[in-house]
Amino acid sequence: MNELDLKKEGIRGINSKLQTLPKNTNEKHWVVTNPMGQHSIAVGLDGPLQIDIKGHVGFYCGGMNKESEITIHGHAGVGTAENMMSGIVWVKGNSSESAGATGNGGLLVIDGDASSRCGISMKGIDIVVGGNVGHMSAFMGQRGNLVVCGDAGDALGDSIYEARLYVKGKVASLGADCIEKEMRAEHIADLERLLKAAKRKEKPSEFKRYGSARKLYNFSVDHADAY
Amino acid sequence: MCGIVGLYLKNPKLKPKLGAMFKPMLIEMTNRGPDSAGVAIYRNPTKKSETKFSLAHDDANYDWKKIDVGLEKALKCDCSVKKIGNHCILVTNAKETSVIKLLKQHHPEVRVVGTGNTIEIFKETGLPANVYEKFHLDDASGTHIIGHTRMATESAVTTAGSHPFATGADLCLVHNGSLSNHNRLRETLRKEGMEFQTENDTEVAAAYMTHKLRTGSTLKQALESSLTDLDGFFTFLVGTGDGFAVVRDPIACKHAVMAETDDWVAMATEYRAIAHLPGADKAKIWEPEPSKVYSWGGNA
Repeated sequence: MNELDLKKEGIRGINSKLQTLPKNTNEKHWVVTNPMGQHSIAVGLDGPLQIDIKGHVGFYCGGMNKESEITIHGHAGVGTAENMMSGIVWVKGNSSESAGATGNGGLLVIDGDASSRCGISMKGIDIVVGGNVGHMSAFMGQRGNLVVCGDAGDALGDSIYEARLYVKGKVASLGADCIEKEMRAEHIADLERLLKAAKRKEKPSEFKRYGSARKLYNFSVDHADAY
Repeated sequence: MCGIVGLYLKNPKLKPKLGAMFKPMLIEMTNRGPDSAGVAIYRNPTKKSETKFSLAHDDANYDWKKIDVGLEKALKCDCSVKKIGNHCILVTNAKETSVIKLLKQHHPEVRVVGTGNTIEIFKETGLPANVYEKFHLDDASGTHIIGHTRMATESAVTTAGSHPFATGADLCLVHNGSLSNHNRLRETLRKEGMEFQTENDTEVAAAYMTHKLRTGSTLKQALESSLTDLDGFFTFLVGTGDGFAVVRDPIACKHAVMAETDDWVAMATEYRAIAHLPGADKAKIWEPEPSKVYSWGGNA
């Protein structure tokens, strides 16, 4: 285990150190101390590292991540794991808005609440939230899964494409073209896998599935009011 | 951009450290707002029969004694003035409206930036660190404090356009965001008798709150009605005589984060401002929900 003190190294120092490690490095486990809410910690990583950030982070932590497992032992700011490609970003506390925005792949776990616009424009990322998500979550979600063990705020899945949304609690309202859908065997299997990966105790049978009614894909004058 | 920060002490033992605790919070928000900065600090309550005025003048060498003597003579009252930077804290037992009328007549260049029993408002153009130093806030004690660092977007960089804006006795407002219906609303409020010093959107929001409170709304009601009457993006932090309140517009795209420990409650645009507080690493941290009024210390 290696330690990186953000106070000493600065954000650029830490990121360039982690980004330039050789792919086959033996120094895989890194602990970042004194994050002090700074932005863009451990972004753009490309390799199977294990990063533990001891404290609360600012915006964009773990953004663009590829393969690394990043654990935030605290609160995460805006845009956590935005545009993640693969790997895992795990938030032990709550997260601010736009968590997992535009994520292509990998798994984002938020043990607490996730605020608004969680999974906005998601493109293949899996997101599991232990608590609630705020309004406009999964807005224009294209691919991937958003699992919410608590409640969802207003306009869930507005203008959604093919992302799959699973909510255990109440949904304040569904966005345009987002509807409740049938839970088939493949969805239950998917959900089981995701809940297990996020170390959740909830059962798939407790969730409802939401997704696209596919009526806004192409312009139709009959739906003009819905745009 | 802009940065807003607030600190409310739950533990009275920390009062002497308020200024020192708040300094790194405000300075951390410098790159969100390097144009001007301001704070409203709640300290040294006056007697019930007295009013405390925060006054400002462009000339840092302005002779405030002139005002002291002038008011005592004209209004047959007791007055004391304390010069702090280019501001002055005036305490008097004269009627608030009489003082304001007299200042307007004889000293129109003096700006009244705040009134009440405990509030003191200081604001100026320049970097937050310089502003903080200018008003000797490092060793200030008090119960709570709110601050603003401004990156001017829709009106000029002037002291008058700096936040906080007073909204009534011991009340003030800081704002992150921009309002889109402020011109229309300013005209409406002018017709109701409100006066404006600038073209600034936040001044309109402040006047709106003041008007609501004068016409019988509680602070909570005023904040709730602002959600429908104000158009645009905003996170508001409102300082009150005994605490503060936070509200965000329904879209909530202007950042805000709150933190609470047994000793204090803090609000900031970004968590990094709060990170400097003792015990922040163990604090409960969350993002305030849109269209919901959060308040501490009662009043709202």
